[in-house]
Amino acid sequence: MQSSNENKLRSRDDKIFDAVLYVITALLLILVGYPLLFVVSASFSNPIDVVEGRVWLLPQGFTLEPYKLVFENEKIWSGYANTVFYAIAGTFINLVLTVLAAYPLSRRDLPGQQFLMFFVTFTMFFSGGLIPTYLLVKNLGMNNTIWAMLIPGAIATYNLIVMRSFFQNSIPNELQESAWMDGCNFFRMLWSIILPLSKPILAVMVLFYGVGHWNAYFNALIYLKDRELFPLQLILREILILNQDDMGGGDVGMTERVMLAESIKYSVIIISSVPVLLLYPFIQRYFVKGVMIGSIKG
Amino acid sequence: MMQAEAAKSTTSTNSEWKPKHVLRKRILVRYELYLMLFIPIIWYILFKYVPMYGITIAFKDFSATKGILGSPWAGLAHFERFFSSVYFWELLWNTISLSLFQLLFGFPIPILLALLLNEIRLRWLQKLLQNVSYIPHFLSIIVLVGMLNIFLDPETGKINQILMMLGMDSVNFMQKAEWFQTIFVSSGIWQHMGWGSIIYLAALSGIDPTLYEAAKIDGATRLQRIKHVSIPGIMPTIIILFILQIGQLMDVGFEKALLMQNPINASKSDILPTFVYKNGIMGGQFSYTAAAGLFNAVIDFTLLVLVNWFAKKKTDSSLW
Repeated sequence: MQSSNENKLRSRDDKIFDAVLYVITALLLILVGYPLLFVVSASFSNPIDVVEGRVWLLPQGFTLEPYKLVFENEKIWSGYANTVFYAIAGTFINLVLTVLAAYPLSRRDLPGQQFLMFFVTFTMFFSGGLIPTYLLVKNLGMNNTIWAMLIPGAIATYNLIVMRSFFQNSIPNELQESAWMDGCNFFRMLWSIILPLSKPILAVMVLFYGVGHWNAYFNALIYLKDRELFPLQLILREILILNQDDMGGGDVGMTERVMLAESIKYSVIIISSVPVLLLYPFIQRYFVKGVMIGSIKG
Repeated sequence: MMQAEAAKSTTSTNSEWKPKHVLRKRILVRYELYLMLFIPIIWYILFKYVPMYGITIAFKDFSATKGILGSPWAGLAHFERFFSSVYFWELLWNTISLSLFQLLFGFPIPILLALLLNEIRLRWLQKLLQNVSYIPHFLSIIVLVGMLNIFLDPETGKINQILMMLGMDSVNFMQKAEWFQTIFVSSGIWQHMGWGSIIYLAALSGIDPTLYEAAKIDGATRLQRIKHVSIPGIMPTIIILFILQIGQLMDVGFEKALLMQNPINASKSDILPTFVYKNGIMGGQFSYTAAAGLFNAVIDFTLLVLVNWFAKKKTDSSLW
């Protein structure tokens, strides 16, 4: 039994709770959203307004000049093209190898499956480390070739385990059994039964691997020497972090040059991040699914 | 092609599916599965297990001309030199304190965010906060550190503009050793809290709604319902993720530390992996830095085993 007095007390509690909740929500939205919004606005603003701090929320002195400068820059274009190649080829290799490993390991009837799982999982918790891996890649002659960007990271064990869990838990075993009795071989089973039913997990894998390739810089930093092979992130590093920017026309004065270098930073951030952010709405509905499958113990 | 009808009419006489069959036949009949595994296993051996063997250079005087096998043994000389070097304690302390700092704040915040999101009743607001908070996860580390440089710039950065408006002095945050850890950890939280909350949010949605109803009838306030229903409901998830975090305690965010590092903040930003990178890859002291790297890996592995053992003993959740 509840008295109306108690009820009132509770609804008051509820209101306070809601108020606190919405205040925190608003603060979080500002905290996360503002820096993103500012970069977008600054990229469309007159460089002088940006440098002198007049841009706060919306673009000041709207201009597309910084974007024009970026588009005219060959260094950035070559980096962009390389990154597109590394991302597509790399993700393709990742998908093929991950599927080829995840499917057999998902079959509990495979003799040796437990040992093989241990063999694979152990590498998540112990690794040779940076130096031995570096020396290996060097010895394989992959140094300063595109292979250094594609092969050493060909399988991410975590993703492999996620995909294996999906095969085990989301595809009815009876389907495979009846196909087997019809004389369907394993390659065909994988290709015509398993993969068509695995679109959500494949989408998640494209996202995980693809974004990984797009954003990676460290392997490029240690393995690549030729500038023609550099991915976008290394070019970004020069512009954003090392401040080595030979951007803009040669005749302009020092202050203008600094100004241009400053303004290009924002547009370069936007241009480099746009492909990933464009992919995002399409794959977003698979996020929860993908992350959740990963949490299931194998 | 698979024919469902035919499959149904066949009684399961096909003995290949039965486990008691002789091992050799069970293997032979599945040769295609081993064929699929062939390339991935080669890859694992080459890129994961050969480097583990390569660790032996930590106990050798490696020279590129002689190769790993041909280089002479050096015993524990590299470890002794590393442990007795002047910078050893600073490196170790920087690494441990940065990791613990990150764990202390970076671990609980996604949980709190998930609990918050779970309580928001307005669907659109919940979706908005979720989607906005996921975005930073997709920015590259280079862009993130670039943004830090922009926002923390002593003259044009927004943070310092606000400080100066409030009548305070501008601070050159990125060039101050004492600010390094704070910036490192808080920018990490900014970038990953939304993404990190997904898994807890999924766990929360798996909690039986009748538990909340029962708590409500018993007169529990919303805060009490969080404490007594939500948190216990996601505890197994929390424990598993905690163990995994501990297992990587020592190598959190090395690529970011490297980008944020400059000569002035080095007294705080020098951590074991950046040391290995600078002296090994850049400086060519392969054996010496392999020893430092192995030291790091052993600490990680030991912590993982210990925490997992502890979790298994005290709770029902563990990795193995």
